[in-house]
Amino acid sequence: MSHKPFTPAPAGSRLLMSGNEAIARAAWDAGVRVAAAYPGTPSTEILENIARYPDLYSEWSVNEKVSLEVAIGASLAGGRSFCAMKHVGLNVAADALMTLTLTGVVGGLVIAVADDVGFSSSQNEQDSRFWGRFAHLPILEPADSQEAYAMTLAAFDLSEKFDTPVILRLTTRICHVKCLVEVGERSVRRIAEGFTKNPARWVMVPAHAQRRVPEVYAREKALRSESEITPLNRLEAGTDGRVGFVTSGPAYMHVRETFPDAPVLKLGLSYPVPMDKVRELAAQVDTLVVVEETEQLLEGEIRAAGIPARGKDILPAAGELPPHVLRKSLAALFPALQAAGGEAAPAALPVFPRPPTMCVACPHLGVYYTLSRLRNITIAGDIGCYTLGAGHPWNALDTTICMGASMGMALGLDKGRGPDDAKKSIVAVIGDSTFMHMGMQGLLNIAYNQGNVTVLLLDNRTVGMTGGQDNPGSGRNIHGDDAPRIDFAKVVAALGISPEHIRIVDPYRLPDLLKTLREEIKYEGPSVIVTNRPCVLIDAYEKQPSYAVNEEACTGCGNCVEVGCPAIHVTRREKVVKPSGKEVELAFANIETAACTGCGLCLQPCAPGAIKAAKSGSPVTFV
Amino acid sequence: MSQTTNILVVGIGGQGVMTASEILSEAAISQGYEVKKTEVAGMSQRGGVVSSHVRFGPRVLSPEISPGETDILVGFEVAEAMRWSHYLRAKNGKSGGVAMINRLRLTPPIVSLGLFDYPCDPVAAVRARGLEVHDFDAGSIARELGDMRLVNTIMLGAISGKLPFPADTLKTCIVSRFAKKKPEMAELNARAFDLGKAAGRA
Repeated sequence: MSHKPFTPAPAGSRLLMSGNEAIARAAWDAGVRVAAAYPGTPSTEILENIARYPDLYSEWSVNEKVSLEVAIGASLAGGRSFCAMKHVGLNVAADALMTLTLTGVVGGLVIAVADDVGFSSSQNEQDSRFWGRFAHLPILEPADSQEAYAMTLAAFDLSEKFDTPVILRLTTRICHVKCLVEVGERSVRRIAEGFTKNPARWVMVPAHAQRRVPEVYAREKALRSESEITPLNRLEAGTDGRVGFVTSGPAYMHVRETFPDAPVLKLGLSYPVPMDKVRELAAQVDTLVVVEETEQLLEGEIRAAGIPARGKDILPAAGELPPHVLRKSLAALFPALQAAGGEAAPAALPVFPRPPTMCVACPHLGVYYTLSRLRNITIAGDIGCYTLGAGHPWNALDTTICMGASMGMALGLDKGRGPDDAKKSIVAVIGDSTFMHMGMQGLLNIAYNQGNVTVLLLDNRTVGMTGGQDNPGSGRNIHGDDAPRIDFAKVVAALGISPEHIRIVDPYRLPDLLKTLREEIKYEGPSVIVTNRPCVLIDAYEKQPSYAVNEEACTGCGNCVEVGCPAIHVTRREKVVKPSGKEVELAFANIETAACTGCGLCLQPCAPGAIKAAKSGSPVTFV
Repeated sequence: MSQTTNILVVGIGGQGVMTASEILSEAAISQGYEVKKTEVAGMSQRGGVVSSHVRFGPRVLSPEISPGETDILVGFEVAEAMRWSHYLRAKNGKSGGVAMINRLRLTPPIVSLGLFDYPCDPVAAVRARGLEVHDFDAGSIARELGDMRLVNTIMLGAISGKLPFPADTLKTCIVSRFAKKKPEMAELNARAFDLGKAAGRA
């Protein structure tokens, strides 16, 4: 990513912007003083972009809860504040949110929450609109980048007018879709010149908190009225009254495209639901259909209000609802309905899957190759690039739940072990960023309760999966400036791991890694092995001269293929019968020299020593 | 919605798919069209599939192209072109989708490990749909020009004759990206574009 500051385009400019870029610009135009986030697909680029604007404070926080707490503090200090996260991030930040909704705000406070509808890079598909109901706060849902810009501005106004945090609910099809956005003028406003002490308001002990509850219900009622009159909720007339749609977010665009003649209630402020407007639409049409990604939420509330509606009985319960899905779902119910387009598409041709892989020379390759050699172990995994260790060829990761879960689950697997697992070793694998996000407490818990767990802490000095953002392990802040760098060995020791069981290993040296792992697995107590090589995609990584296979020397043992480096390709397979009579399949390999960066992992298991330094000027294949 | 042009650019993370669709979007904007561009690329940097949808016309609502509605499929890799070929518009009289395919074959580890087979002739499989298919080796053109990153520009040159606006509009968009800072790259990209254009006519 670029740390380069840039000069914002003048007001009135029309720019090709993703939803994330548009929200960043809107935060700047809204005069936000403090913006904080932890990276997470599809929300990451919001803060990456905000950080490039002048005259506001931005940071990568260590997790989403901290980012929200920073935003709350900044709001109380009197300025506008903002934080962004992926959907599962708000689970982490929910503790702060559920009481923030009682206190209310001073400066406008907006939380952008990006749902991964369609599972492009997440462990679940939870629907963030629920938080509106749970926390009694407004939910705004833009349908494209221009609306993302406008609704971010509207969210700050709502936040201050109604004394409430506001959630801007995004999905991947908002965050990562680009379209032209007309940007406006920046206007900086402070609601207060400083923090005003007011314990009844800001110290949420039971007596104080209790008194805030009626205020929250009154606020919700006022927001319900606002929802009926705001231009963010729009009833669009149509010429074909057989079916009318209630919809929000990107689903609105899909509905409008598929049924151009249908009346549509487009919700921008989707919670509280403007039920009078829904009734108004229902009165105009034969059948009301609610199109919402992903849960059955509006539909249930509309039916509970006594308005008949269809929805998830015909539409998929999960995933996106693009035009071809809408056409298919609604055709079943309304054969005569005129949908735009809709010629039957031919079937997809069968092609092998192409799952994501680890990068060429990734330091995690050595770790997973080594883990795949060990027997009788259970491996608790975590969230990051290294989750890919669950895939081929390593198959060396047994669990993934959420950020930091490897620590707690490993201890549970140890303490709860049954007779079948009596002799099994428990290993946990966690990356540096995930460790700092939610793993440290779990390790403290392992140390405190003396778990028999070996923790592999893969320190690659960046948040890898989301594209290499800085963190306290990289030694740089969000702007790329120097920042204090965490010392993992010291932190781990301070948490209670005994110094002789804190091992630092080079993950490119397979024998060291195997020996260290075996020793620490044997030790019946908590231990931590820290690997110390940087992610190959960041500046700290140094390329080495590349390698090639001497094809005459290759015996087809296939050991190098087991490393799992994408620069290694099998050129041919051959079945042979060994003198013992056993049939084995040989795999002869070559190395894509142009892609190889010389980490040297593959030559370590090569039985015949057939991998040699590539000669200079060797033929270049695809890069 | 026939006034909307749908272009689907497909390939593998790191091939420049998203840059190509970005340039296409800029060119369409310069012609006064409304544009929407979308991709799902959460894990594309890790060697996964990338597909980028570019839609432009007087008014564009949904950013997603539906299967059977693609006017131009730009395949940066043959198996990927095959994977997405059902997105092409079926032949209806004279009109139908056009596939522009780079002959490059990129074998993923899952095939190297012997778990799946790479299709023998993906181009023939796409052609069997009865549509206009062009295939050529963009990599060899780029190699002759001395920079593999030019594949991107070569592919854009190849489809430049199939767009509802002049090929030079697209060429100008590419060249102007380099004109200020790297004039020698501007010249090289202009040549790559022309060679791609010629190859796309074959």
